[in-house]
Amino acid sequence: MKLTKSIRIKKGATLKILGEASKILKKNILPSIFSIKPTDFFGLIPKLIVKEGDKVKIGTPLFYSKENPDIVIVSPISGSIKSIVRGPKRKILELIIDSDNKNFKIKHDITFRENEIIESQKIKNLLLTSGCWPFLKQRPYGVIANPNVSPKAIFISTIDKAPLGVDYDFILKSRIDDFQSGVNVLKKMFDGDIFLGIDKNYPGFFKSIEKVKIYDVQGPHPSGDVSFHINKISPINPGEKIWTINPEDVSNIGSFFKTGYYSPKRTIAIAGSVVKEAKYYETIIGSKLKIFLKDSKVDNNIQVRCINGNVLNGKIESIDGFIGYFNNLVTIIPEGNDYRMFGWLPFVDNKILSLSNTSLSWLFNRNGSEVNSSLNGEERAIVVTGEMENVFPMDIYPMQLIKACLASDIEKMEGLGIYEVIPEDFGLIDFSNTSKIEAQEIIREGIELMIKEVG
Amino acid sequence: MKKFLRNKIDLIKRNFQKGEKFEKFAPALNAFDTLLFVPNHTTQKGSHIRDAVDLKRTMVTVIIALIPALIYGIYNTGYQYYIQIGESFTFLDAFYHGSLKIIPMIIVSYIVGLGIEFAFAVYRGHEVNEGYLVTGLLIPMIMPVDIPLWMVAISVAFAVLIAKEAFGGTGMNILNPALTARAFAFFAYPIYMSGNKVWVSEASNVDSISGETILGYLAAGQNIDYSVMDMFMGSIPGSIAETSTFWVIIGALILILTGVGSWRIIVSGILGGAFMGFVFNLFSLNPLMEFSWINHLIVGGFAFGIVFMATDPVSAAQTNKGKWIYGFLVGVFCIMIRVFNPAYPEGVMLAILLMNVFAPTIDHYVVNANIKRRKKRWSEENLIKTD
Repeated sequence: MKLTKSIRIKKGATLKILGEASKILKKNILPSIFSIKPTDFFGLIPKLIVKEGDKVKIGTPLFYSKENPDIVIVSPISGSIKSIVRGPKRKILELIIDSDNKNFKIKHDITFRENEIIESQKIKNLLLTSGCWPFLKQRPYGVIANPNVSPKAIFISTIDKAPLGVDYDFILKSRIDDFQSGVNVLKKMFDGDIFLGIDKNYPGFFKSIEKVKIYDVQGPHPSGDVSFHINKISPINPGEKIWTINPEDVSNIGSFFKTGYYSPKRTIAIAGSVVKEAKYYETIIGSKLKIFLKDSKVDNNIQVRCINGNVLNGKIESIDGFIGYFNNLVTIIPEGNDYRMFGWLPFVDNKILSLSNTSLSWLFNRNGSEVNSSLNGEERAIVVTGEMENVFPMDIYPMQLIKACLASDIEKMEGLGIYEVIPEDFGLIDFSNTSKIEAQEIIREGIELMIKEVG
Repeated sequence: MKKFLRNKIDLIKRNFQKGEKFEKFAPALNAFDTLLFVPNHTTQKGSHIRDAVDLKRTMVTVIIALIPALIYGIYNTGYQYYIQIGESFTFLDAFYHGSLKIIPMIIVSYIVGLGIEFAFAVYRGHEVNEGYLVTGLLIPMIMPVDIPLWMVAISVAFAVLIAKEAFGGTGMNILNPALTARAFAFFAYPIYMSGNKVWVSEASNVDSISGETILGYLAAGQNIDYSVMDMFMGSIPGSIAETSTFWVIIGALILILTGVGSWRIIVSGILGGAFMGFVFNLFSLNPLMEFSWINHLIVGGFAFGIVFMATDPVSAAQTNKGKWIYGFLVGVFCIMIRVFNPAYPEGVMLAILLMNVFAPTIDHYVVNANIKRRKKRWSEENLIKTD
């Protein structure tokens, strides 16, 4: 294995919280109801192809992107559309699909002829028609990749340092071949480099993957987040695009090009302090959560919050909800809607996780802390300075960027590096800032403005 | 007990809910409620878990850091008084005398300042910000001991209205509000703020008392008969809580160890002051210039200003690089104003206010350097492409 680069990140913080999933993989649990949420795809405006009551197979297109009709999102299961849930202004929130347990699949022709150029075009077309394309995300902004541009690189990070982060080596070690053929396909499709990030201390099987440029990373969270790798290896300039993809989706693409069938496999860890038997499950994108929560013995005596993703940047999901499109982790934490008397005094309530030295949290939470959803205060004006920089390992001034977004100052947002970030990068800032500023939300609105005004 | 109190508050709060009679006054009630209880708000957007720290905790930490200097200041007020009239006294006597002078000032400062803050919170419909908890304590601590209470009240009102609320409230102000209060009093009531009759309790009423500050003596070209130890421990005349460098250092340690105060500003401020003092020592043209640079650091308000006023995160520079520049220049200007301004031999107030004004400019250049670096990268990589 030859390393392209070693990245060492010092700023940031690894939050140790209770309830990590043990390395047990349970297979063959399949719920009978599924959901696909257009809101999982940032920036996508869905146009429906199916209607309520329609029969679908695995791989049947459900809706397409208004901006780019070639991009379709397909059904992960065979069955029928039970309902289409709409929100205010008739915005489509989710498509609920009843499984018929029959596994009807759409077969795609994956035989290739000799010619090289046609081959890359054919791969692209196959990815688009099969529904694999939305696995690819595009920087800047973190939207679905645009098939009409050629990116300068593709980045895959196999490191998850976020709280209760999953182990991709464990998730994918039975699908090494799929992963390698996924990489081969991507490599054939475009002529840039594919960068694969591995953990310096725990590279797993990824170190033996070929046709990629491997770099290793060490340091606290967010050192596993791909934005920070791009920033160190190939920073994004205006007009340039970079694609990113999750490791499991590389395997899904590989699996498609082996069989011709769309593979919506999703391995999830159910984790968190209220999960008694936290472990991994092999299932399918959009599965209903309930069956897994029951199997992993989630404490149902207390009010809990389900999160699709990690505690820093996941999405709230109801306990009767579904697994998201991209996340490999479902975190369950208790709601924190209690009053705490004099909880604002320094060195009081040291059990609550804190990066600030006004708490002895580091002493009391050595083995991990039990977190809840309490805001631990109220939102205030930005007063304390310097704390955001401490958890943001990029040559960007996060507070100034946040203020530029609040002021909708596009020129300044550009200059301060809006192209190089996605909202998720600000998770730790959300967590640690004294004034309880919603940094991710502000950046998300800033990026939406950029998409609208600059494109 | 906790439950009983909680239920009572919830009962009262009903009248302040949306659509109820006292809806507008909800921020005022919430301020008291949140003083007792951390509210039960949960995260709605963004990160689902949050740090235990909030602005209240940060501000209370600053107050804790101020308390050693405040207690010593109260004692020193009595000490200076009894020493000058030549009576024998105990520690408690001195502390009692000081308390009678200073506690009323603190009460007036809080009543007037918080009154205005509450009024603005109700008027603007936002929560009461905690910033004034610190400002309200700082203002009496940097005043001369005999200043009339009504002057404290007017200075506070000026500072909160003009320096803070006029700019949009906590987090938006350019100038440090506490120093603005002092500057207002200094220019509006100069005879109560300078000279040799204001620094020791009752000096203007009792003839035998004359309390000039060390810097005052030096500016007048006189010799001083205080030892370096006196200056360091603080048994010298001066504004109420500024005299003891020792207890200010204790406060500084609290601020730095808890991460609440910027060590960068404190360290660079001391470096700047030492540098300027050293340069003046080389020339030694007048008693103030001859005054050793080490002594410059421990007399007057230098230590107090650098630790508690220059580090105010809102009015200081906000970038880490900017903080180094800002702190250093505060130190430099502080000693420079001391030496070159014969009318008023203490420079720290004006030095910090001056640098408050320049802090956004410093930040502007630091942030712009980042922007330029990025744009340079853009153009460089584009050049490579066109080749």
